[in-house]
Amino acid sequence: MMEKMIFGRYVPADSVLHRMDPRSKLTMIFLFVCIIFLANNWQTYTIIGLYTFLMTGLSKIPVRFLYGGLKPVIWLVVFTFLLQLFFTREGTLVFHWGVIKIYSEGIKMGFYISFRFFFLILMTSLLTLTTTPIEITDGLESLLGPLKKIRFPVHEMALMMSISLRFIPTLMQETDKIMKAQIARGVEFASGPIKNRIKAVIPLLIPLFVSSFKRAEELAVAMEARGYRGGEGRTKYRLLSWKAADTLQLIFLAVITVLLILFRS
Amino acid sequence: MDISLSHVDYRYQANTPFERLAIQDVSIDIPSGTYTAIIGHTGSGKSTVLQHLNALLVPSEGRVTIGDREIKAHKKNKDLRQVRRRVGIVFQFPEHQLFEETVEKDIMFGPMNFGVSEAEARIRAQHALKQVGLGEEILVKSPFDLSGGQMRRVAIAGVLAMEPDVIVLDEPTAGLDPRGRKEIMDMFYQLHQERQLSTILVTHSMEDAARYADRIVILQGGKVVKKGTPEEIFSSPAELLQMGLDVPEVVRFQLKLEEKCGMNFNKIYLSIEQLSSAVAEQLGRGVKS
Amino acid sequence: MKKEIVSLKDVTFQYDGQERNALNQVSFDIYEGEWLAIVGHNGSGKSTMAKLLNGLQFPKEGRVTVCGIELNEENIWEIRKKIGMVFQNPDNQFVGTTVEDDVAFGLENMGIPREEMIHRVEDSLNRVKMDQFLSQEPHHLSGGQKQRVAIAGVLALRPAIIILDEATSMLDPRGREEVLETVRALKNEKSLTVISITHDLEEAAKADRMIVMNKGEVFREGTPDEIFSMDEQLIALGLDIPFSVKMTKAFREKGIQLSKHYLSEEELVTELWTSRSRM
Repeated sequence: MMEKMIFGRYVPADSVLHRMDPRSKLTMIFLFVCIIFLANNWQTYTIIGLYTFLMTGLSKIPVRFLYGGLKPVIWLVVFTFLLQLFFTREGTLVFHWGVIKIYSEGIKMGFYISFRFFFLILMTSLLTLTTTPIEITDGLESLLGPLKKIRFPVHEMALMMSISLRFIPTLMQETDKIMKAQIARGVEFASGPIKNRIKAVIPLLIPLFVSSFKRAEELAVAMEARGYRGGEGRTKYRLLSWKAADTLQLIFLAVITVLLILFRS
Repeated sequence: MDISLSHVDYRYQANTPFERLAIQDVSIDIPSGTYTAIIGHTGSGKSTVLQHLNALLVPSEGRVTIGDREIKAHKKNKDLRQVRRRVGIVFQFPEHQLFEETVEKDIMFGPMNFGVSEAEARIRAQHALKQVGLGEEILVKSPFDLSGGQMRRVAIAGVLAMEPDVIVLDEPTAGLDPRGRKEIMDMFYQLHQERQLSTILVTHSMEDAARYADRIVILQGGKVVKKGTPEEIFSSPAELLQMGLDVPEVVRFQLKLEEKCGMNFNKIYLSIEQLSSAVAEQLGRGVKS
Repeated sequence: MKKEIVSLKDVTFQYDGQERNALNQVSFDIYEGEWLAIVGHNGSGKSTMAKLLNGLQFPKEGRVTVCGIELNEENIWEIRKKIGMVFQNPDNQFVGTTVEDDVAFGLENMGIPREEMIHRVEDSLNRVKMDQFLSQEPHHLSGGQKQRVAIAGVLALRPAIIILDEATSMLDPRGREEVLETVRALKNEKSLTVISITHDLEEAAKADRMIVMNKGEVFREGTPDEIFSMDEQLIALGLDIPFSVKMTKAFREKGIQLSKHYLSEEELVTELWTSRSRM
């Protein structure tokens, strides 16, 4: 299950989408989330659909992998569809059997909303699949840069994010180690009554907290020893480079937006 | 209680693209009452072997016998707790597992999980604390107020209080200063001798293996490459060095004497005491002739 | 003439909420280009000393002078450019998400221009032989490799002094050797001053000079030869003695005449050999 999960996973590949500037990808996703709500008839949904599939193609992420990862979500999409189908009470009645009444609007809304949902999931997954977490962090830091003027701690937030990313695998290893040590002392995490299992979390969580605090403290000392004193006067090693493809991509999205406005009813 | 691994393979993340064969065809017998050292570099598979010793991992192939329990690959192995009660593991940096409000409660935690009564666990806690060389006054303290060395001892006491038949030690002295290291190692050796407690030391230190163990298993690249008594293992030091493994300092020194001074010894000495006597004898003979 | 690069004068330090002084009237000098080993059992005050040297802590009394500057709250950032530190836990000092990011971290803090940064990151990773791991993530590295990256991070800042604060104590023998080899090579080619806080006596035996700490005070200062000739005393302090010294001692007890306590096995073997051929 976990192995197939695709949310938040980065899949290395050499594609146009991988090479794009994280800022342009972040902007694209943000705009996409807005303009998808412009779609309200089959023409506009087709445009959005084609755009989504084009981007998926450009990402060079194997369809098989996407399918495997999105399978659990597809059930959610189907559920959304059914919800709309059975509970919309507008348009003409097309089907009636016992308490079940299906209206024409229900079918339409069911399709539209479940498609919208599906496209959103696909596009946001594409962002994380083609962009490393640290690139996303850098992109956000750069995009939110202007907020520094109103004293919003952009640099600190970005540093926090990147340190969290750095320590996730370390904490996972640590969790595994402590869990095993406590299992060896007779704790059962995976069986027994639910009450005991909840209690079993304490011998895991407390050592984890203690060690995380210790880590944080040592890390802070190490950072200070290496001359860290806040964002001021700092230069950056990672460089974001905005290329022609990035501009083109946004222009293309603008065209899509115009088309959506023209074709929506 | 005997433990044996027979043709054990273990794969991490089996059936995924990340699959990795950590140990392969590992067979080790650990008879009751012995002191066995399992040696290898980081990544040799020694910590994977360790986790099989009390069924924290179940083999992907082969079988593990712990006392009268058999743990086989491809089988549902139920109620492994009974096994774990009898095999105590002192993990590397065991102080990282402390969590209770007081030292006493933390030591009692293991025994009580295995069904020991509170009164009995309390007695065991006092006893175990004495064994690790700490005074009773710290029973009421929070384990987090102790020094690093004391925390280590409390964590060890928590395992001893389970009164296991076999104790497994995973680099129990890592990060301690020389005195702390020697005290802890001597304590375990004493336990082993006094109570015939089967002891399994997982380490990368050839010194400790040569000093304490009566049998040694060497792992490399997930396979057992050598096993035997320390004398057998170190009788061909050149071979070990060729395999990229270390030999104890005494053995290395003896090799140098043989190479550079042309001395000949008919056996390998594993302690400074023995080697110096042998050298003195040879030099003494030199004077006479 | 040996020139002092660091000097402590009557330094006393106390942690908040503790009765005993962690350091008590400590005075000594460290000379340019030497390898100084500071040994002592856990709690002897040796790690506190490291923190005083680059202003992570300030003494309650006394003075710390580094490269001719007396340490105070204002100039610590200047001092930190001159002193690099490698800490004990390889994980808890790795800030970057990848090897190159981590080395760059200190440079970013100093506001070094990007062009220069790229050059320095590459150069320092070369020196510690980690240039093959540029974009590797820390959890794929061994402890020894992480410590070498930490050293590269220090080197990139071009310090005059490098402090190893028990930097090898959490490593396996192979990792320990890797790290020490690296530092030795660097010291030779760059005339770095190395201060190594350690309880690895084999390592200390190879230092130019040693300081033995006990209960927050300097117990003894001298060359490894001088220090290890007080063997029983060292053991009483909770320390160990190197193998060759133990061996020498055992030989003497067996009546073999040896001229001194040897710190290198080679020398010991050589003397045995000559004494043998004399017979």
